[in-house]
Amino acid sequence: MSDDIYREIILDHYRNPRNKGKLENADVTVHDSNPLCGDEIDIHLKVDDGVISDVKFEGKGCAISQASASMLTELVMGKNLNIVKDLKKEDILENIGLTNLGPARIKCALLSLKVLKVGMVKYYTESDPKSAEQIRNESSFY
Amino acid sequence: MQRSIVDSYQLRNDFPIFRRKINGKDLVYLDNASTTQKPYSVIDSITDFYSNYNSNIHRAVYQLAEEATKLYEQSREKIAKFINVRPEEIIFTRNTTESINLIAYSWARPELKKGDIVAITELEHHSNIVPWQILSQEIGTRLEYVGIDESGFLDLEHMIELLASKRVKLLSLSHMSNVLGTIVPIERIIKVAHEYDVPVLVDGAQSVPHMPVDVNNMGCDFLVFSAHKMLGPTGVGVLYAKKEYLDTMIPFMGGGDMIKEVFKFHTNYNEVPYKFEAGTPNIADVVGFGAAIEYLEKIGMENIRKHEIVLTEYALESMLALKHVTVYGPRDPKYRGGVISFNIADIHPHDLATIMNEHGIAIRSGHHCAQVLMQRLDVPATSRASFYIYNTKEEIDRFVNAIKDAGRIFKI
Repeated sequence: MSDDIYREIILDHYRNPRNKGKLENADVTVHDSNPLCGDEIDIHLKVDDGVISDVKFEGKGCAISQASASMLTELVMGKNLNIVKDLKKEDILENIGLTNLGPARIKCALLSLKVLKVGMVKYYTESDPKSAEQIRNESSFY
Repeated sequence: MQRSIVDSYQLRNDFPIFRRKINGKDLVYLDNASTTQKPYSVIDSITDFYSNYNSNIHRAVYQLAEEATKLYEQSREKIAKFINVRPEEIIFTRNTTESINLIAYSWARPELKKGDIVAITELEHHSNIVPWQILSQEIGTRLEYVGIDESGFLDLEHMIELLASKRVKLLSLSHMSNVLGTIVPIERIIKVAHEYDVPVLVDGAQSVPHMPVDVNNMGCDFLVFSAHKMLGPTGVGVLYAKKEYLDTMIPFMGGGDMIKEVFKFHTNYNEVPYKFEAGTPNIADVVGFGAAIEYLEKIGMENIRKHEIVLTEYALESMLALKHVTVYGPRDPKYRGGVISFNIADIHPHDLATIMNEHGIAIRSGHHCAQVLMQRLDVPATSRASFYIYNTKEEIDRFVNAIKDAGRIFKI
């Protein structure tokens, strides 16, 4: 089972994270941590015409949380916000290929999605409060 | 290499949990610094209490209540004898955390003034940090940290400097670090602190379960520890304080059992220790704690300490023989308890713990409720293996093999 979790692709994203770093002139920057593990993720988003034109993340933590964040940035780069705001936890778990994690480790895998959703809420709060509220409600369980 | 005189293989039969399989393998339980497993004698004593003695204590005159009261108070006597103090100096709380909070509330809050210093150390568990931060916010005391060196030893010169400032009104420190295992020279520290008239609170959560602790020799003013870290049930903590402190301290909580007489607008409080045990206490678990003390005494605390020195020495030797393993804290088992914090290359502790779990091994990973220490060590987290009487060298071999397997999985 451990061999299934820590596959080549997870280790690769853990050791060579994509889109890692700060983003100058980000439209949204969000930080969150998992108090149980101490995993930390910051996500910076640049949005142009409703499309994520650039995304970067910073963070420290376990292989699952960091690889998941790295893979999430690849997933949302260049995507329309309408698609991004509807991302579900199943999409993320499928994206990283870990669909049978236990309850403690699933939080690691979903931390970056949680941060991204908070970023979406932040982005929509002024321009589209209704969407902000909807995203907040839908992602409250993460 | 020393040999242990504790027969762990035999002892394990006393603990039903070791019949469990985790992922098809015999459980190797190495999270004893967090909580320990319970022998039949403890579990049975709790069942026996509820089956044969259940009633409330200290009030009713019927036989059942008298017997329950006797069992509860016998536990207090056993624990008092165990650390060599008087029974009326033992207060039952919920856990070590509550005991420290009780001291902060009932002793420090009325006693200390704005600008007074509470000195703690960089080794402390959050339970010996946060109550003092709250006190600072409430009454303006200052919190100061005694530093540690690279090996995890306290900077005693720094401590003496602080004490010599004459502003320190309480020194509160752990006897044994729950992360590094460092055993501090507590008797010497207390002697020096008392030369400066500074009372000392000893957090014995990690030391009392694992080595002989004699308060009379140690001379501390307060000692706190938890039953569940020494084979006892959860939900029972101990606060020892010298009687002269207890007599003048204000109650922690008001209610039943802590009173002598209640009038419409004032109350005369009960004598110690009852003044600090408001409401129906955790009677059955206190009785269970008594059974745990009996079990430990039968083995002998000296023997337990020796057993853990043997295991720690063996584990350190096996771990340090591996490449990529970093061990934190003192190297010499004489100066540390059976708690080993470590990291392996770039494998995050949570990933390691997941792999260990596959092998049926329970270790802890994270900040161990000691984030100040993590910041000092400049690591986000560590893995931690901690031992007790029922652990064996064979289990340490399995643990070391699992470390090797983690290295294979992570391709290091």
